[in-house]
Amino acid sequence: MWLKVVVTLAAAWPGANLVYNTFWGDLGVNPLETLLLTSGESALVILLCSLAVTPIRRLTGWNRIQSVRRMLGLWAFFYAFCHLSFYILLDRACLYWSDCQVQAIVDDVMKRKFIMAGMVAFLAMVPLALTSTKGWIRRLGKKWQTLHRLAYLAGLAGAIHFVWKTKVPETQPYLYMSILIVLLLVRVYFAWKKRSVRTGAA
Amino acid sequence: MLIKIGQPSDIRSSEITPEPVYRSRREFLQLTAAGAVGAVACGPLGEDLSAQVAIPNVKPSPLSTTEKPHTWEQLTNYNNFYEFGTNKSDPAANAHRLTVKPWTVKVDGLVAKPADYALEDLVKPHQLEERVYRFRCVEAWSAVIPWVGFPLADLIRRVQPNSRAKYVAFTTLLRPNEMPGQRGASLDWPYVEGLRMDEAMHPLTILATGLYGKEMPKQNGAPIRLVVPWKYGFKSIKSIVRISFVEQEPPTSWNIANAREYGFYSNVNPTVAHPRWSQARENSLGSFLKNKETLMFNGYADQVAKLYEGMDLKKLY
Repeated sequence: MWLKVVVTLAAAWPGANLVYNTFWGDLGVNPLETLLLTSGESALVILLCSLAVTPIRRLTGWNRIQSVRRMLGLWAFFYAFCHLSFYILLDRACLYWSDCQVQAIVDDVMKRKFIMAGMVAFLAMVPLALTSTKGWIRRLGKKWQTLHRLAYLAGLAGAIHFVWKTKVPETQPYLYMSILIVLLLVRVYFAWKKRSVRTGAA
Repeated sequence: MLIKIGQPSDIRSSEITPEPVYRSRREFLQLTAAGAVGAVACGPLGEDLSAQVAIPNVKPSPLSTTEKPHTWEQLTNYNNFYEFGTNKSDPAANAHRLTVKPWTVKVDGLVAKPADYALEDLVKPHQLEERVYRFRCVEAWSAVIPWVGFPLADLIRRVQPNSRAKYVAFTTLLRPNEMPGQRGASLDWPYVEGLRMDEAMHPLTILATGLYGKEMPKQNGAPIRLVVPWKYGFKSIKSIVRISFVEQEPPTSWNIANAREYGFYSNVNPTVAHPRWSQARENSLGSFLKNKETLMFNGYADQVAKLYEGMDLKKLY
């Protein structure tokens, strides 16, 4: 229980901060940039946390950590949704219909690989959020796990989105990319171990 | 998620310091700087303003825009100056380490009077003017900035380049022990920039030594920087130590870093997209919305379009 409370508070923190600073505080000199960067980075970091849950459980045997995985995934989706909304409503100014240029958004997604990568990351998360309920887990059975491997695609596309966004190579995006690669390698190791155990038994 | 949206010009009241208030606050700070009251007014604004020395005898200019300038706090806390780090807040945090006195500018190359000028000697013969210019960053944000400076053309006439000089090349200080960003490899150091001679001679092109009537803050490129208001901000090289007159188009830092994204000319042009984002619109600093239409040559087309007649600006971006 305490674990869920801690995770909820930690995951809600960047969002609460943005809400507070939007209405009563200060979002800095470039509020648009603050909203975009904070929401995007929060989505990526929380997604990485959700992807770290299973490796941590298997490496440490701390089984209760599994109880926060869905929560983390949904928080990541929430921030990604905010990020995309800020992009469409504020960066592309669609908040006012007269300022909205749908073609400019289409151009961004189709012509600019950094935005395309971000869109791939978001779209990969949509089915995961939709099928996160107990009902869907039951209905999909084994397929659920296969489907939810999309989380890795979302993580990779999200990290690439960040790497491609910067004007010069910066530490942060490469750090996230490295963490993601390590998490992927841990999974590959587990899969390999499982297979070798199986073939060894046969 | 519900978010409050400001109009483009609607800078939040917490960020605004109207200039009269700001000026009177400054005078108040100056009056009391030696006393205890000065020590009480210790916010970032108080510190910066009491630290910056006012520049005497600055003349207004008809070339200034009448748009409302952004505040001192905005302009000195949000800077791209990779010598001090790649985050917008890094220059304000790190630039205090920079020593700007004494400062020497080497003028060399194809000129009659090459010399190492002490900054004071370089600036002294020129009438300083306040030039309130629009500033458009290649990242699609913009600002209105009250610079203090003098036309680069005046200096060029003084040092007398010969007829072979076709370009002017600029170099920023290289001093990694005071510029922490130079210890990393975000760009090739030192930062270099260049202009074609007719661009350098244009009356809008200035060497700036101040901001808001004060000596240039270190994070904005102290003690002397270039300002070319119709080009993306990175062309306006900061903390200049060398001005060379050359025959060939000189290398420029962002072009070296990524030639596909940053050309030599880098004129503000809403019709030529950066490969990774559109340049059609900008968001004015302080705004939540990127809904301001970017103007050709940043709104200076009447003055500068003739410099580029016959050039394909899609190719020579």
